[in-house]
Amino acid sequence: MTDAVKISNRNFSVFYGAIQALRGITLDVLAHQILGIIGPAGSGKTALLRSMNRLNDLNPNCRVEGQILLDGEDIYQPEFDAVRLRKRVGMVFALPVPLPLSLFDNIVYGPRLSGIRARARLNELVERSLQAAFLWDEVKDRLQTSALRLSGGQQQRLCLARVLAMEPEVILLDEPCSGLDPISTSRIEEALMALKSKYTIVLVTNNTKQAARVADTTAFLLQGELVEVGPTDRIFTAPKDQRTNDYVSGRFG
Amino acid sequence: MERHLQREIDKLKRRLLALSAEVENDVRMAVRAVEDREPALAETVLRRETQINATEVEVEEECLKILALYQPVAADLRYIIAVLKINQDLERIGDLAEHIAERGLFLCQQPRLDIPFRLGLMADKAQAMLKKVLDAFVNLDEAAARAVCAADEEIDAIHRDNFQQVKTAVTGNSQLFEPLLQFLHISRHLERIADHATNIAEDLIYLIEGRIVRHTPEVKPDETRSGQMPGKPAGPPLPSDL
Repeated sequence: MTDAVKISNRNFSVFYGAIQALRGITLDVLAHQILGIIGPAGSGKTALLRSMNRLNDLNPNCRVEGQILLDGEDIYQPEFDAVRLRKRVGMVFALPVPLPLSLFDNIVYGPRLSGIRARARLNELVERSLQAAFLWDEVKDRLQTSALRLSGGQQQRLCLARVLAMEPEVILLDEPCSGLDPISTSRIEEALMALKSKYTIVLVTNNTKQAARVADTTAFLLQGELVEVGPTDRIFTAPKDQRTNDYVSGRFG
Repeated sequence: MERHLQREIDKLKRRLLALSAEVENDVRMAVRAVEDREPALAETVLRRETQINATEVEVEEECLKILALYQPVAADLRYIIAVLKINQDLERIGDLAEHIAERGLFLCQQPRLDIPFRLGLMADKAQAMLKKVLDAFVNLDEAAARAVCAADEEIDAIHRDNFQQVKTAVTGNSQLFEPLLQFLHISRHLERIADHATNIAEDLIYLIEGRIVRHTPEVKPDETRSGQMPGKPAGPPLPSDL
């Protein structure tokens, strides 16, 4: 199972008006692995991540070419339902966006929308999601307090728990630790490492050391192109491309 | 940050090169002390050993500091790891030069031996390997590093030959047992120096190629690579300013 391809980007390009943000990306995301995507600002990391759950759909200037296959199905086919896609492929953004509701209601918001009403089932979802996001022990006694009262690191783990409550297959994370202190960062990283046995994870990060710590495979993007992809230990010890070497060693970006 | 790291790496490189020059010089002096029966040279080598040990410790501390403070990756990481290992090999070569000098001191007090011992040739070859591998380090020349690995066989063959000669000579005249044994030890030290030069060459290949070639039989001049410009190998990228 571990070597199965979960998401396959095939010669995939994204255009925002006249600007080409991604240039023919061919990249497989393997099931039950963490794929780290690194690259300097403007390299197309976020464009690629957003493309994997069609977050560009509402942008009228955005046009895509090529294919992204989820378990072999092209997610850009008109008959592929975007809501179903986003249930299967969840997203955590750079800045935590807790809803102005209680912790409990934040987590059950999605499941309720999808029709789950039974209190026992919701309770169970809340506990399981918060535990998987390594947040349960810190908040289990105050589930009815406002999510806005959590610290930044806790809010981000809440957002992760909210995604997990939808029981997705893939979790996309866009610089999830960019505003967090080292301890909060390490909690998120621990959660990701534990989650990969059940989910497939794509992690966009500006912090190359974070990719080195948690990713199984690392892909380096530059100016919309995939420069190099490979096992993380190779990318960080003996990259093949000079540009990868220079980026991971901090010589630019 | 990156500039700081580059400065540290430059400093480290200068230190290692200084150490390698000292060690190379010690080997040369120790061998001359034996060949020319000059005890003064042997004593100089013995006096310098403490300094070499101190430099080795300093280089290692520098490497550890860089690893802790900058957490280098890719070519920078391979460079630091290679320096750590080369540093250790250089220190061991320094020790072997010291042992040769000690045996040289003993032999200077003995009557000159008249056996066709190929110590001079062996010393020339071992020193040439050492010089070549240190030049290869300066130029990041993978082809030269592979040539050094290949040359190790010749030294081993000479050492085996020396062993046979000592065996024969001792059988003929047991009075010569002690000085002949000292010669055989020197032969063994030179053979070990060549081994350390080979280790350095293997570490260089790792630095340049990103592949560990130790314990692989095929380490020899690679015809597909030998035409390349020194420092421009086909392996992963190297630190640009090294």
